[in-house]
Amino acid sequence: MEIYLDNCATTKVCEQAAQICMEAMVNEYGNPSSLHRKGLNAEHLMTAARKNIAAILGCDPECIIFTGGATDSNNIAILGGISARKRAGKTIVTSSVEHPSVADTVSSLEEQGYKVKRIVPRENGTFAAEDFIDAVDDDTVLLTFMMVNNEMGTILPYDKIIPAIRRKYPNLLIHMDGVQGFTKLPFNVKRLDIDLFSFSGHKLYAPKGIGGLYIKKGIRVNPVEYGGGQERGIRSGTQSVPLIAAMGEAMALCKRDGAAILKNYRERNAQLRALLAEMPQVIINSPEKGCPHVLNISVPGIPSEIMLHALEEKEIYVSSGSACAKGALSSTLEAYGLPAERVRSALRISFSKDTTAEEIDIFAAALRETIDRLSKVIGK
Amino acid sequence: MKELILIKNGEIALKGLNRSHFEEILVRNIKWRLRDLGKTTVKRAQSTIYIEPEDCDFYDFDEAIDRLQKIFGIVMISRALVLEKSMDAILEHIADYCADELQGAKTFKVVAKRSDKRFPLTSPEIAAEAGGAILRRFPRLKVDVRNPDVTIMVEIRDFGAYIHGGQLPGAGGMPVSSSGQALLLISGGIDSPVAAYMMAKRGLQLNAIHFVSPPYTSDRALEKVETLCEKLAPYTGRIKFYCVPFTEIQEALREHCPEELFTILMRRLMMKIATRIAENDEIEALVTGESLAQVASQTLQALHCTDTATDLVVLRPLIGMDKSEIIHISKEIGTFETSILPYEDCCTVFTPRHPRTKPKLKYVVKAEQDYDFGPLLDKAVAETTWKMIP
Repeated sequence: MEIYLDNCATTKVCEQAAQICMEAMVNEYGNPSSLHRKGLNAEHLMTAARKNIAAILGCDPECIIFTGGATDSNNIAILGGISARKRAGKTIVTSSVEHPSVADTVSSLEEQGYKVKRIVPRENGTFAAEDFIDAVDDDTVLLTFMMVNNEMGTILPYDKIIPAIRRKYPNLLIHMDGVQGFTKLPFNVKRLDIDLFSFSGHKLYAPKGIGGLYIKKGIRVNPVEYGGGQERGIRSGTQSVPLIAAMGEAMALCKRDGAAILKNYRERNAQLRALLAEMPQVIINSPEKGCPHVLNISVPGIPSEIMLHALEEKEIYVSSGSACAKGALSSTLEAYGLPAERVRSALRISFSKDTTAEEIDIFAAALRETIDRLSKVIGK
Repeated sequence: MKELILIKNGEIALKGLNRSHFEEILVRNIKWRLRDLGKTTVKRAQSTIYIEPEDCDFYDFDEAIDRLQKIFGIVMISRALVLEKSMDAILEHIADYCADELQGAKTFKVVAKRSDKRFPLTSPEIAAEAGGAILRRFPRLKVDVRNPDVTIMVEIRDFGAYIHGGQLPGAGGMPVSSSGQALLLISGGIDSPVAAYMMAKRGLQLNAIHFVSPPYTSDRALEKVETLCEKLAPYTGRIKFYCVPFTEIQEALREHCPEELFTILMRRLMMKIATRIAENDEIEALVTGESLAQVASQTLQALHCTDTATDLVVLRPLIGMDKSEIIHISKEIGTFETSILPYEDCCTVFTPRHPRTKPKLKYVVKAEQDYDFGPLLDKAVAETTWKMIP
């Protein structure tokens, strides 16, 4: 039996999303910009998707632009947002544990002369809202940080950071990378008064290659690529109607079953924590109050990659850290201040809406067995 | 207009009575490497191989020549225009056909070769007339017989007259499989693909053997080695690729052998397995990418220890080369970028902290005898799988 516990890397596409994707490929294959009916039908699929997503975000559908994924969204938000506010300041505030699509984009601006303040976690591995609030000053043009860390599941205190900063700096551009938190935590863009919010389809049961960016009304964002002017000129290129329609369906599912999905994450997380508590070799890295769909652990002495491949022999799939950094040691875990041996042996287990209690039991048993086997050979 | 490719073979021409046999092998190799480019007739006469595409208009001559330049046993390649054996036809087409080469040049010469002695003009007469035709078309060009920018060839042969604007170098060496078969121990690093290339150049047909140790090594590490074989194939031809499950042997080594001898014992066991696979398939030699003193397992003493684990000839074409020289070749043949991908191979996980650099054979053999590896070796050989690449 295949047990897939790497849902932070990507998820299995849900049935509804796959079906509408197929429909849009073989029947409603028109170009949504075409004037004829075939084009209009494709446009309808897109409009429906935009509405579904707007319903979860709590915004008007016109505020959402479709992109090629969260990397695309983050680049447009940061580069396009900054370029529309050339005289607004020269400082960017961010965290030290961002995904490369934010971290490296910000670094590219640093090379162009922007000052970057990177907020680091406190000693207990959590972020303090004050650290962000204190870092923002009159010279700050952009605040950009992630909602939930992709490797640890740490929730950044966005609900405290944003309102406090908003009161002091009503015009500051605020962007949040919502890839790991979106639909998994209570959240509403309007109530929070955020300007830009990135999300991805494939972490939420839609196919890869599609994502979106929420842009608050009245906020100017310049395009970073030019073309036919689709998506309000901010993200040109013929829209991928099949993927957009699929993301719309997946998000509708996340909204409809939201409570049950969240309950499942919480129960699986608690179940696994209890099982791991009986294994003395295992250390849990994720904070107690992290986002429940992810649990990061270490088994000191057994390198992540070997553990991962040993579990793979039993058709169990977990991650050794972020899937984007194949083979490399996780700089994020280092930024959290984990000792080197715990970074080297870190495993990320992440649940889906469909993960069952039985699967977690089997995983825990397999982990225990694998630790015993490998410690004999490489723990020596 | 009909075109073809003319191939001159090198060392083969010196091989006396075996020449015909070597040429047959070369023709077979050429046919195989060009197999998917379209129908061609390949024939040989007067130390030349003729490759004639059935449909010249759609034949990808550039790709064909690119592939031919990687086939060992060829020294010169020319793309030529085929004409009837008449001086009028030659004079009509020569300037046009060679226009690309001539346009950028200041000086040129025409070399004529007449192997069909029935042709009415002598070689110097043909060259003079053809040169005149070129000068009429490109009046600013000058003839320079000593050091011309461009040499235009006119060849009058049995099958027809051929015009071409020069020759491209081939890869040299001997046709693959003319020297027999060998088994390459390939790990995924930089060295072994280079060793394969060098031995293929001397006419060996290569098979490759790779050891996998899941979960200590990953599927990606195996795929990387298969990719290396694919990249070698334009030079070596098809490779029979053996994959040996090695996990249990490594775990047993770890449990029963002194840590400082781990690498050397592992290499001996690899040699033993490779030898048995080779003997089963009538392969006559082993090839490794070892270079003297590069790492602890490649000292003179360590090489002696691995050598005595096999009765077969062990060819080590890189033995006297520096790493930088090996890297240079690996970049040239296009394996470098794949070789440096960062996946664990079977050797790195278990590398001892302080390997013995000057192992004494008698101690190594004694350590090996402390545990009976026989059943595990039998099992590894029995469970070895193979496939052809490509």
